[in-house]
Amino acid sequence: MEGKEKKIKITPIEHGTVIDHIKKGQGMKVLRILDLVDREIDSIVSMAMNVNSSMGKKDIVKVEGKELKNEEFDKISLISPNATVNIIRDYEVIKKHRVGLPDFAKGIVRCKNSNCITNQSEPVETEFEVTGEDPVKLRCTYCDREMTGEEISENVI
Amino acid sequence: MSSEFKKNHVVAIDDFTVDEIRTILDLAEEMTPIVEGKKINKDFEGKILATLFFEPSTRTRLSFEAAMKRMGGRCIGFARPGTSSAKKGESLADTIRVAAGYADMIVLRHPQEGAAQLASKFSDVPVINAGDGAGHHPTQTLLDLFTIRKEKGSISDNHIGIAGDLKYGRTVHSLTKALSMFETEMTFISPPSLRMPKEIIDMLKRKGVKFQEVKNIEETLSNLDILYMTRIQRERFPSDEDYKKVARSYHLEREMLENSKDDLKVMHPLPRVDEIKADVDETPKARYFEQAANGVPTRMALLKLLQEV
Repeated sequence: MEGKEKKIKITPIEHGTVIDHIKKGQGMKVLRILDLVDREIDSIVSMAMNVNSSMGKKDIVKVEGKELKNEEFDKISLISPNATVNIIRDYEVIKKHRVGLPDFAKGIVRCKNSNCITNQSEPVETEFEVTGEDPVKLRCTYCDREMTGEEISENVI
Repeated sequence: MSSEFKKNHVVAIDDFTVDEIRTILDLAEEMTPIVEGKKINKDFEGKILATLFFEPSTRTRLSFEAAMKRMGGRCIGFARPGTSSAKKGESLADTIRVAAGYADMIVLRHPQEGAAQLASKFSDVPVINAGDGAGHHPTQTLLDLFTIRKEKGSISDNHIGIAGDLKYGRTVHSLTKALSMFETEMTFISPPSLRMPKEIIDMLKRKGVKFQEVKNIEETLSNLDILYMTRIQRERFPSDEDYKKVARSYHLEREMLENSKDDLKVMHPLPRVDEIKADVDETPKARYFEQAANGVPTRMALLKLLQEV
């Protein structure tokens, strides 16, 4: 019965990407970070929130017809470092990645310091050094300010 | 001479190694006769320094310009943003690229944190940070270190008291970081609400630096070799009354110096308001005007080293 329920909630996709084990409540942020909310795209995007798993509740995002690139994994890692990215072809998982934190995050997050030069109209990407993993900590390479937790997800570009 | 110096730009004091700091201070010492008018120097003849001050600063700008002119160079620039095209909405990146086409080096003071770091990415001539908002002001720290070494013979083996607003003061943060690279003992003197930030305290603990935190100057004055005073700003306090109460206990006057070591030296980055009473000025312990003057040889040394890289 449980297995049947699972199938109804999370139907398999033919081609595309399934991002699994997203930290509960962060699914929307993952969609936003991958620019899947406002952008005109052909893919069908679906999200399941609050899904039971052996490790507690989680969110799942499915993007049909689009295979995520490595740099997109980096973005997900800032929000949910334990997420896994499954690339699907013909209903089969052909690649499974555990997202990993990059050493530097460029152009993904805005600095929380409103007086940071990167928050003015300057032609530069933001750049953060990843200084902590659990919780994720970022240091702005321009103004040195550190950000963590909600500060990061609230400032995703 | 400059083999230890490999910087293209100067953004923060943390970017320097101890050897690089020593190289700058050694050269600054050699510059002293030129500053005193005993020697003529023409190393920068035909060179131009751009001083771009998006925020006013008398001492820093004047001492950079004096440094350049003492070596035969010339200066261009502005002292207020109102006279630059930033007022018309030009980005800092563009202003820097344009100035880099006019000058051999750029000195930048800007109200936003990270401005110098940004400028260094857009400039093909050396950029020196002369203060970026609440961020860094590395040349102030270099002249502070130069003053300590000149007054005491060395930076190491001194007990240095740092008093005032230790929470928000960028000068004291940079100075503390720099002093932690040498063998010094530090005592931080501040009201509880303006103590040194946790990340700096943690850094000192990690490095095994000897330090204490106390609430008033008199508690520790007799132990100190250097007393570094800073201004406590009115806007850090909820009311005038709170401010006055605190400001009174961070006030230095001549009488208090009776309990200090004979060779204590009092420093202050200036401007001071009333934290050091004028009667201290006449004592040989007051070194803050010499400290300000030391900005010239220190900045000359830095300009010279950057030009040689």
